[in-house]
Amino acid sequence: MFVAATVAILVTMVLAIVRTLLGPTVYDRILAVNMFGTKTVLLIAAIAFMSGRTDLLDIALVYALINFIGIVAVLKFFEYGEFSRGGRGRP
Amino acid sequence: MIRVLSLIFVLSAVWLLLSGHYDTVFYGLGAVSVALTVWVSARMKVIDHEGHPFHIAGRVFIYFPWLFWEIIKSNIDVARRVLSPSLPISPRVFVVQASQKTAVGRTIYANSITLTPGTVTIDVRGSELEVHALTEASAEGIQSGVMDAHATRFEGTG
Amino acid sequence: MDASLDLVCWVLILVGGAFGITGGIGIVRMPSFFTRIHAAGMAETMCAPPILLAMMIQAGWSLVTFKLVLILIFLFLTSPTASHALAKAALHGGVPPVDPGADDR
Repeated sequence: MFVAATVAILVTMVLAIVRTLLGPTVYDRILAVNMFGTKTVLLIAAIAFMSGRTDLLDIALVYALINFIGIVAVLKFFEYGEFSRGGRGRP
Repeated sequence: MIRVLSLIFVLSAVWLLLSGHYDTVFYGLGAVSVALTVWVSARMKVIDHEGHPFHIAGRVFIYFPWLFWEIIKSNIDVARRVLSPSLPISPRVFVVQASQKTAVGRTIYANSITLTPGTVTIDVRGSELEVHALTEASAEGIQSGVMDAHATRFEGTG
Repeated sequence: MDASLDLVCWVLILVGGAFGITGGIGIVRMPSFFTRIHAAGMAETMCAPPILLAMMIQAGWSLVTFKLVLILIFLFLTSPTASHALAKAALHGGVPPVDPGADDR
């Protein structure tokens, strides 16, 4: 059952990679990488269930958080050109 | 103060459920972690009605099922359009007024729009949300104000 | 494990996988950046929940289910935020939101 889920997730990841390679703008690439990241979370969870090692779910949880923070950090870098700038009204 | 207690309760519950180990060492580590998190949050002054909005927690169970149903409906619509050979899309941008009074309410509304496939909030200026819609039908769905009314009800009075 | 529950899990996984692949096709087929966001959003909102729900049914009432619920909540809280951040960054970066003649070449 989870083999089917893994296959579907992998096909989606391949399509996301295709957009990452094609993507005319940098935002297309980030969008595809974000999608790739969320699918990775699902893939880790599916592998955890296939191998019966549910400890891997902790890794999936952490990956979900790191993926989000990474995407936001990269976006911030491309919008401001640096990581250390604060938001509006904060120097 | 009640928010601090509620935050401590939530953090402790998450620690206990995620660790899955129940002995003195883990209780001690958990207590230290929770205390550190609460102290840092208090120092950042984020334990307020925005950072920890537990007053709307009860209404989550009314709003989310409705939102899920909306997401499923628009997902099927977008999937049909993606898979049809002629790709029948007509992207458009429009501005919609958010009737929520608080920043939390507007955030919930804007995120609900983004979460529903076919519409994405691309900019927020005060109570004006700039929305990008994939099709005319999904744009009309937002402009009818049904989701706005639901989000306002979810936000409540305070 | 009940046979009918297994059937429910199969249906959920097939639905999630089908929507995931559809989102992947959409992200490749869509003509411009802002339309691709919708396809990616579809892959995020309709692919992960059914698959995670099937896993929850398989796991039963345990800490594993709680972890899956937590993954689902994180994905649901972070995916609109990431989408909005992307859309806003692209808007400020000069990508035209509506361009009827846009092509991805």
